[in-house]
Amino acid sequence: MRGQPTNKRLEKHHIENLIGRIYMSFCVLLLIVIIVSMVYFVASKGVANFVSGEVKVSEFLFGTKWSPEADTPSYGAFPFISGSFLVTLLAALIASPLSICAALFMTEIVPGWGKKLLQPVIELLSGIPSVVYGFVGLSVIVPFLRDTLPGQGIGVAAGALVLSVMILPTITSVAADALASLPQNLKESSFALGATRWQTISRVILPTTFPAIMTGVVLGMARAFGEALAVQMVIGNAPFVPHSLFESASTLTSVITLGMGNTTMGSPQNNALWSMALVLMLMTFVFVLLVRMLERRNRI
Amino acid sequence: MQFKKSWIMALTLTSVLALSACGNNGGNKATTNNGGNTPAATNTETSSGAKLSGSVLASGSTALQPLVEQVAEKFMDANAGVDIQVQGGGSGTGLTQVSEKQVDIGNSDVFAEEKLKDAAKAAELVDHQVAVVAIAAVSNPKAGVDSLTKQQLVDIFTGKIMNWKEVGGADQAIQIINRPASSGTRATFESFALGTKTEDLKGSIQEDSSGTVKKMIGETPGAIGYLALSYLDDSVKTLSYDGVEPSVDNVVAGKYPVWAYEHMYTNGEPNETVKAFLDYFLTDEVQTGDVVELGYIPASKMQVSRDVAGTVTPK
Repeated sequence: MRGQPTNKRLEKHHIENLIGRIYMSFCVLLLIVIIVSMVYFVASKGVANFVSGEVKVSEFLFGTKWSPEADTPSYGAFPFISGSFLVTLLAALIASPLSICAALFMTEIVPGWGKKLLQPVIELLSGIPSVVYGFVGLSVIVPFLRDTLPGQGIGVAAGALVLSVMILPTITSVAADALASLPQNLKESSFALGATRWQTISRVILPTTFPAIMTGVVLGMARAFGEALAVQMVIGNAPFVPHSLFESASTLTSVITLGMGNTTMGSPQNNALWSMALVLMLMTFVFVLLVRMLERRNRI
Repeated sequence: MQFKKSWIMALTLTSVLALSACGNNGGNKATTNNGGNTPAATNTETSSGAKLSGSVLASGSTALQPLVEQVAEKFMDANAGVDIQVQGGGSGTGLTQVSEKQVDIGNSDVFAEEKLKDAAKAAELVDHQVAVVAIAAVSNPKAGVDSLTKQQLVDIFTGKIMNWKEVGGADQAIQIINRPASSGTRATFESFALGTKTEDLKGSIQEDSSGTVKKMIGETPGAIGYLALSYLDDSVKTLSYDGVEPSVDNVVAGKYPVWAYEHMYTNGEPNETVKAFLDYFLTDEVQTGDVVELGYIPASKMQVSRDVAGTVTPK
């Protein structure tokens, strides 16, 4: 009498366990298949031009002339690669100090209402669609730059400014988490030694959390590197290496989004765009590796 | 508990199905080598006079998309059994997908022969010209110029003329607002206004959406660019071309040369439903109604016609 229900329950547990395991394995397998096929697809499309001999790898990476529609087309992507790096680095340079200050403010200076007020506002920034950022950039930043600085307002500087606002939440939230997880006794010891709050922040807190904050910066840069729409609207998209910050330039993503729909699949120009997508993907791997390395340093 | 779990599983399964469905019909070209793709239209057997049914998938040109969407709505209202889906993606995407039989109709701003490098593939496609789009050179209102000749335009877009005063305007540097090299609008402007391909100039600006181009030209001092007639308004100055004003009447009469067909390509002869839909485009109801309303020029009104090579003949 008493044994039966237990058995039944056990059986039920077994079945539930089995269903759970099958479901989980199915999802994981699906995920792996999706990731592998994405990587394979981008890679196979990306190398098509190099395999067929249409474009040399060195010409693609270091060529400065991009004229795919010309009678003798050339597919130099260097202006776009350098443009991507330029706006990404500039955006990180602008956003990092702001983000770190915001994080310090939320965790060290006014942990109470500062965090309650600032955190939702900053998180709000990450929820705004990039087309809105692009349009705000076009309507506010570009005219401002045009009126106050040389050039037409459109260009690298406008792109970097728009991007820096977009990556603020990423860097801030990672930095704030890192600062919040700092062991209390470190700060207390510093104060016990008679250090002021600023001395504690600059000599103890920032150096200890530096790798974690850098993780946030790298994550922000990864986002900036891959952002397409907002940058495309304000950077100007001329396929040249810019000589000034107020000159029209292009990024990998902006050229891909401009060209992908208008070119036919399998044409050399389309494949060249896929090669750029491959460069973007490889760069993302580099960013992920960097984050991993920083995390490892962080643990010690 | 059990209910919850099966619910989650059902959700996953649906999303997987939806994903694979996307792969087959839709947006992406990931399935190009599948071989097993069939056109999305499944035309049920119809005897004479029976109602049309089936689904039609069209993709491509974003310039043509609003018209196709509006006409599709009307067509579906009249034929309850027909389901028409219209996607954007650009002319290149439309031509690729119709040539791979992933969609029933590929919308394009340019002749298939100009985009598809494989001539055999282009030859399989059947062209249906549903509307005409004319493109005008426009400038910032403060540039002080009303009209440009062909040669002046060529000199501006190749960077030989860099100040408006050289063409009789204000002393103001010229800022070119271009479309990307692969754009159909740019191809039309270059072929019929300039007669030559141009290279991207250093410092020029490229924007892909007509709305952004208009905004930039209206706001940027000394800007010049080109827009479809439907986008023109007082925020920009419309320039005459060799003294001919870009107007619908001048285009229809063959006086203003900068125009192109909007094409709807099918792979081979269309099935009954697709054919009925395409025929509906050429009815007076659509040509003088929706086409005009949305700022295109009716293909049926054109007094001249043009072939792939650009040769214009009176109709």
